Amino acid sequence: MSLLSIRNLRVEYRTAAGVSVALPDFSLDIQEGERFGLVGESGCGKSTLIMAIMGYLGRNGAIAAGSIHFDGQDLTHASEQTLRGVRGSKIAIVYQEPATALNPTLTIGRQLMEVPITHAGAGTAQARRLAEQVLADVHLPDPASVMARYPNQLSGGQKQRVVIAMALLASPKLLLLDEPTTGLDVTVEAAVLDLVAELREKYRTALFYISHNLGVIARVADRIGVMYAGELVEDAAATALFADPRHPYTRGLLGAIPRLGSDKGSATLSPIPGNVPSPGAPRIGCAFAPRCDFAEPGACDQGPIRMYHAGPAHLARCVRFDQLGGVRRPPPSQAGAAPAAGAAVLEVDGLSKVFALGRARLVANDQLRFTASAGRVLAIVGESGSGKSTFARILCGLDTASGGSLRFAGADLAATRLRGRSQEQVAAIQMVFQNPDGTLNPAHSVGWPIGRALRKFGVSRRGAETEARVKALLELVRLPAHLRHALPRQLSGGQKQRIAIARAFAGNPTLLIADEPVSALDVSVQAAVINLLLSIQAEGRTSMVFISHDLALVRYLADEVVVLYLGKVMESGKVAALFAPPYHPYTEALLSAVPIPDPTVKQVRIRLEGEIPSPLNPGPGCRFAGRCPRKLGPVCDSDPPPVQEASPGHLIACHIPLATLAAVPPVFAQA
Amino acid sequence: MRYLFRRAVELLATLLLASFLVFVVTEFSPGNVARKTLGAFALQEQVDLLYQRLHLNDPLLVRYGRWLGVLTGVIADPLQDPALKLDFKDPRGDRYFGNFGYSTLYKAPVNDVLWDRLGNTALLAGLAFAVIVPLSLVLGILAGMRAGSRLDRIVSTASIVMTSVPEFASGVILAAIFVVGLGWLPGTSPLDTESGWSIASQLVLPVTVLALYDAGYVARMVRSSMAEVMAKPYIRTAVLKGLNFRTVILRHALRNAMIAPFTVILLQVNWLIGGVVVTEMVFAYPGFGRMLLDASLFGDISLIEAATLIALLVAVTTQLLSDLGYRLLNPQVR
Repeated sequence: MSLLSIRNLRVEYRTAAGVSVALPDFSLDIQEGERFGLVGESGCGKSTLIMAIMGYLGRNGAIAAGSIHFDGQDLTHASEQTLRGVRGSKIAIVYQEPATALNPTLTIGRQLMEVPITHAGAGTAQARRLAEQVLADVHLPDPASVMARYPNQLSGGQKQRVVIAMALLASPKLLLLDEPTTGLDVTVEAAVLDLVAELREKYRTALFYISHNLGVIARVADRIGVMYAGELVEDAAATALFADPRHPYTRGLLGAIPRLGSDKGSATLSPIPGNVPSPGAPRIGCAFAPRCDFAEPGACDQGPIRMYHAGPAHLARCVRFDQLGGVRRPPPSQAGAAPAAGAAVLEVDGLSKVFALGRARLVANDQLRFTASAGRVLAIVGESGSGKSTFARILCGLDTASGGSLRFAGADLAATRLRGRSQEQVAAIQMVFQNPDGTLNPAHSVGWPIGRALRKFGVSRRGAETEARVKALLELVRLPAHLRHALPRQLSGGQKQRIAIARAFAGNPTLLIADEPVSALDVSVQAAVINLLLSIQAEGRTSMVFISHDLALVRYLADEVVVLYLGKVMESGKVAALFAPPYHPYTEALLSAVPIPDPTVKQVRIRLEGEIPSPLNPGPGCRFAGRCPRKLGPVCDSDPPPVQEASPGHLIACHIPLATLAAVPPVFAQA
Repeated sequence: MRYLFRRAVELLATLLLASFLVFVVTEFSPGNVARKTLGAFALQEQVDLLYQRLHLNDPLLVRYGRWLGVLTGVIADPLQDPALKLDFKDPRGDRYFGNFGYSTLYKAPVNDVLWDRLGNTALLAGLAFAVIVPLSLVLGILAGMRAGSRLDRIVSTASIVMTSVPEFASGVILAAIFVVGLGWLPGTSPLDTESGWSIASQLVLPVTVLALYDAGYVARMVRSSMAEVMAKPYIRTAVLKGLNFRTVILRHALRNAMIAPFTVILLQVNWLIGGVVVTEMVFAYPGFGRMLLDASLFGDISLIEAATLIALLVAVTTQLLSDLGYRLLNPQVR
């Protein structure tokens, strides 16, 4: 018998607009000790599913039909008392945002001790011992001191370890992980995933791992389910799912993310057209049909589509599962044709930014040196706190540098704020921000900021001319012209980001700064925005500074890469050179942490110890020395590392001789 | 400890600055200071003589220094100088700490007038506060812990109604019912027993009027803070840990829900001390607010200055208390 058995579950929410069906008919079985991963984009019903299992649908949600059985118990309409016996003891959850999942006014110790006190009837002393034990299990140094702290005194990664510890305290049979690493740095994410794997061995818990990230799912799950619009559309072993997906949506998801080793010259990302349907939208036949290339009238629009056996233990909710053919890879885009290196557009030399905090100095950017060439994409990668955003702020004039130069179009902009820049200089450097929701004024139509940019930069003065230009810009970002009258809330995330791109291109910029432009978007939409950015950028020969923590994406679209750590350039060079030895040890660690959406790829496992250190009052040596797995010795702490040229244009700031670095085995290997 | 010391120093500095502003405003108010002291029926020569004797031509800062000197007992109160023949006498002498001068309205030292009135208001405010705080906390928490429930809707509607009825209206309505109609309570509250009503019975209506008006407001604050906390992810964590609802409320929700309303609740003390003039007028209550109003209308400078300073002291002290309480409740700012 299965540990968790969900049969024909139907969950509805009552809203002012009527009843909305979040899960129309959902069935799933999870066996004891299994590692199951569930993939789906936002709004597909993943969270509703979890909350339905936990009996916590809120005042307006209810299970309208079907059943949930767990470990022989019927949870479908269980009483509060029954649920209390299951919650936290037999089924535990690791939440998406550890910062908000912990109570800010209670110490970690009290929040942990509650679990054994509630479920095992433990006394205070025993609960304390158990809590300290589990904190040691999640590798938090000095558990006793962590117990006495409040959540705000811990880092994001430490908080997530505490949440995991809390979930494991009662040795649950099923652990639900709801996007537990979203928002964490890639190195922290890798460590958390390792920890989950290690603890599963120790506690023998079944894992139910939910994520939108195929790479993360590939790393943690043996069996994977793909969810779309409240339905499971494919269910297969991890290897089979990645090797031979049998549902067009799964194929779409895989085609929308860059494959390891592919770049814009060798492959194109294929976005899935359209948007996820809103829950409650009427549906006949396949929910994915409106976005599907394979949809066939007469077959896909008939009645509910059942799950078909596409192979041994491989289910797909597609009538045409056996007619999809092999996995196709679209040909490379025209945009991808590697542009010839042009003249330098931006020359950064010795750029520094120091914030004085009382007596301490926070060095956010330290002697940055690199160039961006005309018509090419320069990616800046690094974890949070590496100084990426500080550099972007200086570049677009929101802040000034403390030293060094920033030469752009014949002028040094390092010390010139936005107000001191000429109209041409402002128009020439434009920015696309991470979160499209926060950057559009909700009270204005989305055409308004575009029109204003046009007038401000003197591109057009008269109303009719501006109107025509706005339409042309919307066409440039592939949006229908009538959308210029829409309000931001009427647009999807991807459309809003297109508006932001149109606004940035209003003044014909020569340099575009894109600060994590797709990290807030769904996978299927990401690809479209990336393709759009690349094609506009290539057509206009605009240079782009692309700031990201997503190394697979950087590998795909960048021409040159700069790796930052604590405000210092660790490595820089052409993208292909960076992704092969010799690596800087930090780049190597970053690459080994990247979640790869392909279970057949073997990655060298390098994990950084400890947390990103404070950027206050840095010492004279290498910034990375404290966490470097290849540290040579005291020389790394006492002397600044020499910048070595591994190949023309490929610079590594490290004490280790190039020959040694070049002999390091590659991080990725195809099994 | 260092924080406390720093806050105490800040408190003193605030008071000093505020006292200067109070001094400037009252001394510059229309009319001659000497004239205000002597009253409307004094002869012009008497006024001029007093003007000279008091050195009222000196620069502002010098006069402020002198006033401060009198207040702290460093120099003698010039008004009590027998040579002026004003017959202003203070049994405490003419030089002591806390000498607020002489009230021309009540023809008595300010200290004789002020503290009785302040005591009366403190009694009224204390009783009202003792009703308002538990009542609004209980109502606000019950309503906010299940936002959208029937209880929530009842409490929210009732609090809006309670806050919307002004004190003079509720005072008159309650008086009409309990004084005129039922005859259970006295219509005025002069705090003496000449009328045959006990002091306790005289306090019932003023306290009720204040509590009705203010509890609705505070309850709404508590309710919205509680409802906000109940929607936080950490409450979900607590519930899905398997804790019962009672524990979730008492251990996880309450403390977080109290952080925001705490300051608002302490601000009610300021309002109760200085701002309940309307209620005091309606019930002829011999309180601090009414005294301040009378003093202002009459132009009793010393009394105004003293009363304003007391109100300021109360305000600054509650501010300090609310800051300290905030730090105690919220570990994130420690």
